[in-house]
Amino acid sequence: MNQLPWILLFLPLVVAAANQLFLKRSPLAVITSVASAAITFGIAVSLLGKTGTSSFEWASVIGFSIDLGITLDPLSTGMMIVVTGIGLLVHIFSVAYMKDDEAKARFFTGLSLFMFSMTGIVLASNFIMTFIFWELVGVSSYLLIGHWYQKDSAADAAKKAFLCNRVGDFGFLIGILLLWRITDSLAFDGMAAGVKAFQLAHPAIFAATLSTALLCVFCGAVGKSAQLPLHVWLPDAMEGPTPVSALIHAATMVAAGVYMLFRVQFSLHLEPEFLRGLFSSEVIAWIGGITALAAALMATQQDDIKRVLAYSTLSQLGYMVMAVGLVAGEAGMFHLFTHAWFKALLFLGSGAVIHACHHEQDIWKMGGLLKKMPITGITFLIGFLALIAIPGTSGFFSKELILDAAHEHNPALFWIAAVVAVLTPFYMTRLFVVAFLGKPRDHGSEHAHEVGPLMFVPLALLAVMALISGYAGVNKLSPALPEHAGEFHFHGIVPWVSLAAVAIGVAAGYLLYKGKDKDPVSIPLFKNRFYVDGFYDNVVVRYFQDAFAGIVNFFDKFLIDGVGVGGLSRGAESFGNLFRRVQSGNLQGYAFTFGLGVVLVIYFTVFR
Amino acid sequence: MATLHQYLLVSGLLFAIGLAGVVLRRNIIIVFMCLELMLSAANLTLIAFSRFNLTSYGLPDPNSQMLVFFVITVAAAEVAVGLAIIVALYRARQTIHTDDLTSMRG
Repeated sequence: MNQLPWILLFLPLVVAAANQLFLKRSPLAVITSVASAAITFGIAVSLLGKTGTSSFEWASVIGFSIDLGITLDPLSTGMMIVVTGIGLLVHIFSVAYMKDDEAKARFFTGLSLFMFSMTGIVLASNFIMTFIFWELVGVSSYLLIGHWYQKDSAADAAKKAFLCNRVGDFGFLIGILLLWRITDSLAFDGMAAGVKAFQLAHPAIFAATLSTALLCVFCGAVGKSAQLPLHVWLPDAMEGPTPVSALIHAATMVAAGVYMLFRVQFSLHLEPEFLRGLFSSEVIAWIGGITALAAALMATQQDDIKRVLAYSTLSQLGYMVMAVGLVAGEAGMFHLFTHAWFKALLFLGSGAVIHACHHEQDIWKMGGLLKKMPITGITFLIGFLALIAIPGTSGFFSKELILDAAHEHNPALFWIAAVVAVLTPFYMTRLFVVAFLGKPRDHGSEHAHEVGPLMFVPLALLAVMALISGYAGVNKLSPALPEHAGEFHFHGIVPWVSLAAVAIGVAAGYLLYKGKDKDPVSIPLFKNRFYVDGFYDNVVVRYFQDAFAGIVNFFDKFLIDGVGVGGLSRGAESFGNLFRRVQSGNLQGYAFTFGLGVVLVIYFTVFR
Repeated sequence: MATLHQYLLVSGLLFAIGLAGVVLRRNIIIVFMCLELMLSAANLTLIAFSRFNLTSYGLPDPNSQMLVFFVITVAAAEVAVGLAIIVALYRARQTIHTDDLTSMRG
């Protein structure tokens, strides 16, 4: 292994630092960031198929050291293709999308910082490093969601994202420490041996302990991959610029949770049957399945084009998490891989639409865009077909494998996934029919025209990947690949169920929404996202957080300020007051005391 | 001739009167005079010891006499400075009564 992976990791950091320090107001920042994305993509391609590790000691205390290290294996190199490939296209797209933004340099600095952090997660060879970069992606996501911080909604969304992630990360850290106690190793490649030793030493508590540790680790994924109940931040994160949504909140960062879970499962080297029997796997699978279903239901009633896509992302992430929970992580990673391309495509497509419609995001004010913007429309259509898993597109191959796994191991979850497979085409057809077909409903969409090549070239490239990335051959790029990936095999019930689901969903969506100018169905429960956000605001925040804040306030004001700091100062003050009395200012008082002192000295020296 | 004991008694008495004056009187000039009285008491003690502590030549001890001259010199200087301070004080505060001079109270 040579220096290339280290360059891959640190180049974006260097660029981000240079941009922040020297190019804050300069258009050059755009060029350096795009160049760094291009170079990292080149390096990622050249690293394909390489394996190896390289690390150096970063911090050490007696008998314990933390390394910064890089692991190259098919999982990480494949993931790097996704991160840098989509990263590069998003950088290029952003050049056009953010052309008129006043804080372009800050935006691109944030993107570079994100590329650095995400690369760190993917290449990390140990859990501490994963955690550090895990937090760093949180920071860069915070900065980019809050890019337009002058808007209250954007600033709030950034804060919400950060706090939700912190909640998850608290569990994650506990999970890391537990796993460290169990396996006696922070490095991923030492875990398998450690876990075997623990199993031999404590067979009775092994399963329960490991389950607890995995569940705690899963908390981190719940936060980062926005699973129930911490999913609330992701839809709000759409306040950020659309390229950010495509890169961070659809393709890469939110998938980091799935990646990390799979990395852990994979590093433990346990029997799939044993893993599947663990309580934690059951919980993970169910949370994934329920998230997929709930998010798909919420998506059916959203009017903001980006929010529909955000809920769709939630739902697809639910699929991936479910696959990991069913110990079919390869299928999950394969879906992560294909989903990254077509969801980035859909987001960038929506970005192009928003750009063309003068920052209008309400689908009910769009319409007829397919004619006005044919390239965007057609690429969006391709992304849409891939997302709803039309046979022949990439989404079909990967989703089919997840459904297969669910069918094999958990029939209840299979039927939930099948319902999601009906809902996905339904809400996507709704989106497409309303926004792209019919007539323009507003002057924004009326005057929309096709975007420039800096925007449609990335769209076209992503569309190609959305079509072909599932096929055998191209799917070798995927971080992990199940057997039989990229083959059509029509046997058993699963393919028929999914085909029927797509047909029902598309037909229902098309019939219901064709030619309509406003939403014919209104389900407040879904529109208001099951009132989860309201519950958090009104109950969790108001009662729990405020009560906790009250306790902390008491502690701070009374104990720290009153007794600690204030008590010391008051003590010194009253002691001083005591001595103040002595300074009477009375001359003869001093003389008398002086005389008394002399008498005492004489008494003690002469008569004692 | 009076004995050493009597000299010391007178000297102690003078010192005590001086100290009492310093502590009890409120007029700062009287206080000052009492201070001088205490110095005189000390001088008297020194002279008495000089007189009753003859050297081998039969003369009084010159060391203590020399010390007395020192004390008188220093006292003269002290009077000059002290009276000047009192005059300045009176000009500034229009009083030489110690009860009125309490601005140094803590």
